[in-house]
Amino acid sequence: MFRPRIIPVLLLKDNGLIKSTKFKNYNYIGDPINAVKIFNDLKSDELVFLDINASKEKRLISLEFVKKVSEEANMPFAVGGGIKSLDHIHKVISSGAEKVIICSEAVRNPQFIKEASYSFGTSTVSVCVDYRKTLFKNNSVFTLSGNKKSRYSPLEFSKLMQDKGAGEIILQSISRDGIMEGYDLDLIKEISSNLEIPVVALGGAGDLNDLHLAFRESKASALAAGSLFVYQSKRRGVLINYPEKSELKEI
Amino acid sequence: MLKMTRILILDYGMGNIFSVQKKIKALGLTPIISNSEEDILNADKIIFPGVGHFSNAMENLKKLNVIQSLNEKVLEQKTPVLGICLGMQLMAKTSEEGNLNGLGWFDATVKKFNIQDKLNFKVPQMGWNTILINKKSDLMIGIPDQSELYFIHSFYIECSVEKDILNKTVYESEFVSAIQKDNIFGVQYHPEKSHEIGEKMLKNFIEI
Repeated sequence: MFRPRIIPVLLLKDNGLIKSTKFKNYNYIGDPINAVKIFNDLKSDELVFLDINASKEKRLISLEFVKKVSEEANMPFAVGGGIKSLDHIHKVISSGAEKVIICSEAVRNPQFIKEASYSFGTSTVSVCVDYRKTLFKNNSVFTLSGNKKSRYSPLEFSKLMQDKGAGEIILQSISRDGIMEGYDLDLIKEISSNLEIPVVALGGAGDLNDLHLAFRESKASALAAGSLFVYQSKRRGVLINYPEKSELKEI
Repeated sequence: MLKMTRILILDYGMGNIFSVQKKIKALGLTPIISNSEEDILNADKIIFPGVGHFSNAMENLKKLNVIQSLNEKVLEQKTPVLGICLGMQLMAKTSEEGNLNGLGWFDATVKKFNIQDKLNFKVPQMGWNTILINKKSDLMIGIPDQSELYFIHSFYIECSVEKDILNKTVYESEFVSAIQKDNIFGVQYHPEKSHEIGEKMLKNFIEI
């Protein structure tokens, strides 16, 4: 029986682990490598690291950091932050990451995803689609940590990325980030119904039932979350946590 | 004795070999990462990893001029070899991915998932799935039936020889998830990413 991946998403800022709310209001969580050690013990399926300011600051996520993670991590991990060339991908992968996550550059130059998936294999290339509603109540894809609006709707852009060879779409709701009141189930369903590649739900998960709904009802192939795995509860006391094996099977 | 085992991880420019290397090190061995003829011929065990495009991979193997030494080691000297993911698929005769032939160690062909229910079964299959053990094998010692392993693939191997089938897995329908013929092992899943069960499998392989 197929079981979806449950993926903690860890955000990096100035070498520290932080957690945001709606892409703002950063709360310091702790040392990222220490978090990796805890997730090893908890046997998480995968990890995602996103350097949230890399694209804005026009730099690549620290390769030294990627190497440190790969020395510690017992699970596959994906890395995003300022990746905009085949050489960047090569460097991140040879530092030990399993997959790269591309956001801003995919919007700026969709052809880059085609080149990347041809050179490194479809399954190595994930595209993160950050979206929120604009003044006119339509969902739009944003880049540069939610600062720059693109001309795409999430569905248009996800389909385009599938056509270019992306291995999976990480669909991230900016307005639900850090809120812990549930995923954007309708949009996840809309995207997964229209795509043949896996869709990873991200943004809003507050408990295991949210994961269950995104998988069973909205047909997400994998369930990612930040706050759920770094906070003890909605009161936001820092506690790195992950579901038990028996709980994973229930999802 | 085991510590002296020369484990070669074949480096032919296809994907991440870091995680395999790390797992072998964790088992107390120092793997050799190479594509030189000399290292291939001196190896006691060969791990054949790989992620990416079938024909690109065959092209790389041709360019590196290693196919003849691999055939000699695997087919004549019967050195144990473990293909992982694309590494396993390359052991087939042909593939739907590109137009180059494979190594042909198995009477098998590589096909793309043909999914009917596209809402529930996405391609690539990325995630955990269980294996059914189809026959006894040194690789499967201590591995329970229905163990969960980590999969990430769009293509699978169709093997026409029932006795070569080691594991089966059900995605939308059943497919062959591992094969074995004598000293030649191939797994579609990633033992190096599959926590304890995967580690046990790699340990089994280096102890063969």
